[in-house]
Amino acid sequence: MERIPILAMGKALLITIQVDMHDRLALALEEDLTNRIASTGARGVLIDISSLEIVDSFIGRMLDNIAAVSRVLDAETVVVGMRPAVAITLVELGLSLTGVKTALNVERGMALLRSQCATRRGTHDHRRG
Amino acid sequence: MTTAEGDVFAIRTSQDVVIVRQEVRARAVKAGLGLVDQTKIITAASELARNTLDYGGGGTVVMEAIEANGRRGVRLTFEDHGPGIADIELAMKDGYTSGQGLGLGLGGSRRLANEFFIESRIGEGTKVVITRWK
Ligand SMILES: Nc1ncnc2c1ncn2[C@@H]1O[C@H](COP(=O)(O)OP(=O)(O)O)[C@@H](O)[C@H]1O
Ligand SMILES: [Mg+2]
Repeated sequence: MERIPILAMGKALLITIQVDMHDRLALALEEDLTNRIASTGARGVLIDISSLEIVDSFIGRMLDNIAAVSRVLDAETVVVGMRPAVAITLVELGLSLTGVKTALNVERGMALLRSQCATRRGTHDHRRG
Repeated sequence: MTTAEGDVFAIRTSQDVVIVRQEVRARAVKAGLGLVDQTKIITAASELARNTLDYGGGGTVVMEAIEANGRRGVRLTFEDHGPGIADIELAMKDGYTSGQGLGLGLGGSRRLANEFFIESRIGEGTKVVITRWK
């Protein structure tokens, strides 16, 4: 089966979803990503969904799961590039994606990840000191 | 109201659900639906096609271009001969799932469509019809 590629950029993993994913492909991405976070010790995950024309409850649940699992593995997930029509539709569908951090584009998403990691390092240092 | 001949698509695999999304999109564009309305009907179709596959054991969708009072629209009829739904009111509730879903497919697609119709008989199957007008 085809797979969605996962790129490593420093301490972050970058995923650009460019195809209309069928459900098994989405499940495979969730699993691959979890393994990659664990094996690389990545601190951040950036998922670019700007190519996605729709996000239904299955993809929504996948994004929520990825965010939750990465948090447990000490990494932050940011979803970037959601189209306005997709955001409007998601709300009407009833999906709140409360557990998912979002940013407008890749640049802002990376900035958000950097600040999150910095804050968390700060907290750790504080506790130690 | 005039109805052009409907096109029938099989829903047997998760790849078929992807094809359904693409075919609905092409028809929504042709009917002149705006971007948000396109997105809504495609999303609703994705939810209902997945239900047909996961709960109905597979089935079909008929896609029609419709016209009434000078308005154009898209009508989608999902049908399966699966186990049927025992309690439709419960199944329509947001958050209710008998599987591992989020329980938003039926309630959500009703909100995303202009018209929504559901009919189900235990042991015979389920039919859901949605319409989105321009
Ligand atoms: N075509 C169908 N055949 C049988 N049961 C169905 C069908 N569609 C929906 N259902 C039932 O309705 C419930 C709610 O569906 P839905 O709102 O799409 O949520 P989900 O798919 O997340 O379970 C399903 O869990 C299932 O029990
Ligand atoms: Mg469903």
